[in-house]
Amino acid sequence: MKRWRWAGNRLLQIVPVIVLATFLVFGLLQLVPGDPAVTLAGDSATPQRIVEIRQIYGLDRPFLVQYGTWLGHAARGDLSKSLLSGEPVSESILHRLPNTLLVVAGSLFLSLLIGVPLGVAGATRPGSRIDGFITALSSFGVAVPSFWLGMMLVSIFALGLRWLPATGAVSLGDDFWGAIRHAILPSLALSASGVATIARQLRSALGEVLASQYVRTLRAKGLSSGAILWKHGLKNVSVPLLTVIGLLINRLLGATVVIEAVFAIPGTGSLVVNAAIGKDFPVVQGVVLTMVILVIVTNLIVDALYTFLDPRVSQP
Amino acid sequence: MSVAVPAIKLKRRRSWDGVLRWLRGDWRAAFALAYLAGLAMLAILAPVLAPYSPTDQNYDVMLLGPTAEHLLGTDDLGRDILSRLIYGAPVSLYASVMAVFIGLVLGLPIGLCAGYFGGKVDLVISRIIDTLLSFPGIVLAVGVTGALGIGMINSMIAVGIVFSPEIARLIRSQTLVVKNELFVDAARGFGASTTRIMIRHILPNAVQPVIVQVTLLLAVALLVEASLSFLGLGAQPPSPSWGAMLARAYGNMETAPEQMYPPGVAILVTALAFNALGASLRTALDPKLRHRD
Repeated sequence: MKRWRWAGNRLLQIVPVIVLATFLVFGLLQLVPGDPAVTLAGDSATPQRIVEIRQIYGLDRPFLVQYGTWLGHAARGDLSKSLLSGEPVSESILHRLPNTLLVVAGSLFLSLLIGVPLGVAGATRPGSRIDGFITALSSFGVAVPSFWLGMMLVSIFALGLRWLPATGAVSLGDDFWGAIRHAILPSLALSASGVATIARQLRSALGEVLASQYVRTLRAKGLSSGAILWKHGLKNVSVPLLTVIGLLINRLLGATVVIEAVFAIPGTGSLVVNAAIGKDFPVVQGVVLTMVILVIVTNLIVDALYTFLDPRVSQP
Repeated sequence: MSVAVPAIKLKRRRSWDGVLRWLRGDWRAAFALAYLAGLAMLAILAPVLAPYSPTDQNYDVMLLGPTAEHLLGTDDLGRDILSRLIYGAPVSLYASVMAVFIGLVLGLPIGLCAGYFGGKVDLVISRIIDTLLSFPGIVLAVGVTGALGIGMINSMIAVGIVFSPEIARLIRSQTLVVKNELFVDAARGFGASTTRIMIRHILPNAVQPVIVQVTLLLAVALLVEASLSFLGLGAQPPSPSWGAMLARAYGNMETAPEQMYPPGVAILVTALAFNALGASLRTALDPKLRHRD
């Protein structure tokens, strides 16, 4: 019961965050230098086009009225139309979002699949050669440009060995294995910093737990190292691990923008980049808004999971 | 009559001693600092050191492998890759420093005010900071660049805006601790103005973790600059930014895959150096981790 009330409160708390986020997204338009209508219409715009854009945005009205109108439409799922293609923005986003989410999910999966064993290996053998190797590896993981890694993967595995497709994406619904095959290399390129972050954080959190007094007591009781690790160690690091995963999802949703360009994936990342270059501002705002709402919802889910993993969180 | 000087020699600790001791104790930091100093020299002396112009095109030597004349080969317009790499150093370093500087200019005063004034000011600022931190960094940078218009300077302003909430949050939490120190009360007792207290008394005592963060953010800025230039939002051709060089190499990946290695390695090593320096500074500046002497 308490948990449900807590969840309800938490849900109410994110409303102002979402409203503030929409305000900031809409405020992006204020950063456009000069008369936004003229800038957005492009270099060879007719006067009619400028008037049209001014009408789309209601640029002749006060800022708060503009914002209110835009928010009202956005709340009903209407993110206006692309200035370039005329397509409804929410439709192009919904159409492309699955491709982005597949790469992000794949990369999160790979980060955990590779990062967790590395972190555990380092924590259980502190100071060993493996531990040193993992530390070095994670330094490289956060310093390597993911798109460069992606280019190298394409060059080796797609163009060289021809094991996997170099570019493009296939919808999961159309061809499941084809979609997975297309997502492997981009996910791998994107997961370098994820692997590094998870391995490093898990190494330090688990290392701390394993060096603690109560683990020493468990050892003295004669419990095997395996049982200590699985029953006590990993249970106690699940909360910090969850925090890292939450932050990682935010980072991956950003970094996928560059990866989509390398692998020519028609996702929201490539959509926002092309829109930014083409001054297609409704699309830019729509994608940024979608991404920030995804992050806010992720944070909410992470917070909810805390209460199930650690009952102390929901206590007042 | 002369007064006898007491025979106690006060050993003045010069700041250089501390720096030297730190570098002697941590070879990684020393190495990283030496590399970055070398890179800065390279950036300044680029016109002297580079064998060719970074922008001169020579259609006789397109997409060449490494030769005696062109140590790292040439790109698809016949430009010497080594020269572009050397000229790319000042572009990439300047961009990173600018992004972090803008982050500081925006973040420091906002965080200081939030921490110092507390109450409603803090509540409002903290909410905005939290919300801004919910935006995926690169997506926000792309959005802001789209609004300001593409180009190196605008994209780095965008990255600075993305960095500012992080810096503001850090300085805010430090200010919360420092503002309750006795010397702040003392300064206030002597009639120092609020601005003076914030700048002369709180900022210097709260800035240490920011120094660490700045070093780490330089690495992030370098990577983001490369990403944005790769996407065509940052440095525009013919500017030899390392990210733009990678974009060029991407176009020729099938015919000349080796083109992607020089700029990629340059970005990787420089980011590693910033990170190593930041990690080492964190240990060196943290009083809990510093060995007592």
